[in-house]
Amino acid sequence: MALATDSGVLEATGLVKRFGDRVALRDVSLTAHRGELLAIIGPNGAGKTTLLSILAGIQRPDAGSISTGRGEVGWVPQQAAVYSKLTVEENLRLFARLEKRPDVDATVDRMLEQTDLRDRAGDQVQTLSGGNRQRVNIAIGLLSEPEVLLLDEPSAALDPRQRDRLWEFILALAERGTTVIYSTHVVPEAERYGNDVLVLADGEKLFDGPPREFERTVAEECGEELHFEAAFVEFLRHRGH
Amino acid sequence: MRWLLVKDLQILRRSPLLVAMLVLYPILIAALVGFAVTSGPGKPRVAVVDEVPASQTKINLGGEQVNVADEAKPLFDAIDVVRVKTEAEAIKKVRDGDVLGALILPADITSKLEAATSGTGTSPVVRVYYNAEDPAKQTFVDNTIKARVQEANAALTKKVSRVALSYLNLIGTGGQFNFLGQSFDVLGLQKAEAILRGIQDAQPKSSPLRDQLQPVIRFADLARQNLDLAGPLLQSIGTPIQVDTHIVKGGSTPLGAFAAAIAVAVTLMLVTVLLAAGSLALEREENAFRRLVRGLVSRTGLLVEKIGLAGLCSVLVGLLLLIGLSFFVDLPWGQFHLWLLALIFSAAAFGALGVAFGAITREVRAASLLAFMAALPIAVLGLVPSGAVSSGLYDLIRIISGAFPFRATVDALDSALSHSSGIGTPLLHLALLCLAWLAIARLALRRFA
Ligand SMILES: Nc1ncnc2c1ncn2[C@@H]1O[C@H](COP(=O)(O)OP(=O)(O)OP(=O)(O)O)[C@@H](O)[C@H]1O
Ligand SMILES: [Mg+2]
Repeated sequence: MALATDSGVLEATGLVKRFGDRVALRDVSLTAHRGELLAIIGPNGAGKTTLLSILAGIQRPDAGSISTGRGEVGWVPQQAAVYSKLTVEENLRLFARLEKRPDVDATVDRMLEQTDLRDRAGDQVQTLSGGNRQRVNIAIGLLSEPEVLLLDEPSAALDPRQRDRLWEFILALAERGTTVIYSTHVVPEAERYGNDVLVLADGEKLFDGPPREFERTVAEECGEELHFEAAFVEFLRHRGH
Repeated sequence: MRWLLVKDLQILRRSPLLVAMLVLYPILIAALVGFAVTSGPGKPRVAVVDEVPASQTKINLGGEQVNVADEAKPLFDAIDVVRVKTEAEAIKKVRDGDVLGALILPADITSKLEAATSGTGTSPVVRVYYNAEDPAKQTFVDNTIKARVQEANAALTKKVSRVALSYLNLIGTGGQFNFLGQSFDVLGLQKAEAILRGIQDAQPKSSPLRDQLQPVIRFADLARQNLDLAGPLLQSIGTPIQVDTHIVKGGSTPLGAFAAAIAVAVTLMLVTVLLAAGSLALEREENAFRRLVRGLVSRTGLLVEKIGLAGLCSVLVGLLLLIGLSFFVDLPWGQFHLWLLALIFSAAAFGALGVAFGAITREVRAASLLAFMAALPIAVLGLVPSGAVSSGLYDLIRIISGAFPFRATVDALDSALSHSSGIGTPLLHLALLCLAWLAIARLALRRFA
C-alpha cells in the first residue's frame, strides 16, 4: 500500500472484484479525507460489503489499488465478529490485548462506557440481543482508535435511542479527525451524517459527492425536484436498478 | 497468540458437554478398537515349505506305522496354507508382508523323529518365521503354530510311550514279540526270577552256587520293580518335535502395551483432529477470522495456536488414558519421557491434520463430520496387518496410511510403551506429516475468509 496523498487519508482507484462470473465491483474509485464522513448507499447486493472489506484489507481486489495513511484502519463488519461464548468484557479485553493497547483495562473500561454495556459486561455475548451484540461488534472496531473507521451497516440492529447514541459517538470521532466510511440502508443517515455519499448499484459507482449535489443531479436527470430519499429511489429506477 | 489460546480454553470450559464427549467418546472407541485388535484375525496366512519327500511321510515307531501327514493335519487346518518351494522364498514372503508367518518342515524330520523316538538321536526341529510388525499378529501366529505342534507332539508321545510300554511289559513279565514277521518268545524278568529261585532252592544248602545266585535274583526283582516306574516316566517325555522361532523384522511388544498404544492413538486422533478442526472453523463461523488476520495474528500463527490448543488437550487426555491403562496393562513408567515425546509429536501431527480439515471445510459441523468420517478409515488402514491382503494392495495401503499420522503414532507409542524398535523413525515421520499438513492447511486458508 502506498502512502495516501495529503488530499485524502484513504484513496482507492479502479477497484474491480469478481466472484466467478459475477462482478461485485466494477472500476470503483473513491477518496476520503481526514475527519470526513463518507456514506455508501445502494440496493442489496450492490457491492457495499465487498468494497468495505477490500478497503479493510480483508479481500484482495482483482484490479485497482488502495493507499492509506500511516494510521490504523478500523473495521466493523456487517455480521458481528465476536466470540459468543465469551462475555462482553472478555471479548473487549481479548481484542484490546491482540491490538496491543498500552492500557488494556482503561481501554476496556472506556469502551464499556461508550457502548453503554457496563451492566452487561459479565454476560456471554450469545445471551445478548442482536442490537447489543452489534454494540460489542462496533466497540471492538473502535478499540484501536483508528485513523480511518470502516462501518458496514452499523446501525442495522439498533433501536432509535442506540442509533442516536452511535451517531453522536461517530460524529465526535470525526470531529477529532477520524475518517469514517459507512454503508447503510437507512438512507436519511447518509444524507444527515454524510459529507459525501457514494451510490453503488451492481458493483458500479453511480454517484459520488455531497447529498445536496446528489439531489441536484437527480433533478437534472429525471426532471423532478425530490428530497434525498425519494431522489435516491427515483435515481436507481431511472438507471434501471 | 497466547491470548487466543486462553480464549479458546475459556470457550472449551464453557462447553462441558463437548468436552465430556471429546474425552468419553474416544476412550470408548479406543476400548473397542483395542479389544477388536487383540482378539486377533481368523485363519492366519502361513507359508509352508514341506521338504519331506513323499516317500518318507510315514515313520516307524516300534513297528507301528505313523503317518506324519495325518499328525500335521490339525495344524494345516488351523492356518491358511500358502505352499512355497524354498525357505528363502518363504522368508521373503514374510518380509514382504505377504504372509503372517512361515513354517519350515525340514527333509529329515521323519528320519530324525524315528531316531529320536527310538532314543538314538536328537529331536527334529521345525522352523517358524514371523513378521513381528505388530505383536497382536505375532502372538496369534505363534500361538496357533505352537498349539498345533504341541498337539502333534502329544499324539506322538502317546504313541511312542505306548510302544515303549509294551516293550517294558515284555521285559518285565515276558510274552510274544513280533519282529519282521517272525515271532519270538521273550522270557521276562518275572519268570527269570522264578526260574532262578527254583534253581537256588534245588541246590544243597552247602552249595556255593546258592550264594552266588542270590544277587542275580535280587537284580531281577529290583529291575522289574524299577521298570514299573519307567511307565509314567515315559509318558512325561516332552517334545519329540521342537519349534525354533525366528523374527523376520521388528521387535516384539507385549500385547498389552500394543493394545494400549492403539487405544491411545485412536483417542489422540479423535480429540486432536476434532478440536483443531472445530476451533479453526469456529473462528470463521464467529466471523472473527477476518478480524484476526487483519494484522492481529498471522494466518500461520493462528494455525499453530489451534494445533497448540488441540495438542495441549489431547496430550492431557492421552496421559490420563495411559495412567488409567497402567492399572490393567504393565507399562514401563521408566520410559515416561518417551511417552510424553510420542504424545507430543503425535498430537502435533494430528493437530496439523485437524487444522487442514478445518481450513478445507470452513464450518464447524462439516469439519467435525469430516474428522469423524476420516478417522475410522485412517485407523483401519493403519492397522491392516500384512498378509491380510495381497502384497500390491498392502503396499498401496501403506502409502495411503503413511500420509496420515495414525500408523506413525501407533509405532511411536508402541516403542515408548515397550522396548521394541527405536522411536526415532516414527517421530521423524510425525514431524514431517505435521509440516506437510500445516502447509496444506495454510494453502486452504487462502480461501477461508
Ligand atoms: N464470497 C462471495 N462469493 C461469491 N459471491 C459473493 C461473495 N461475496 C459477495 N458476493 C456477491 O457480490 C455481490 C455484492 O455483494 P455484497 O455483499 O458486497 O453486497 P452488499 O451491497 O453489501 O449487499 P447488502 O446490502 O445485502 O449487504 C453480490 O452479488 C454477492 O452475491
Ligand atoms: Mg453488505
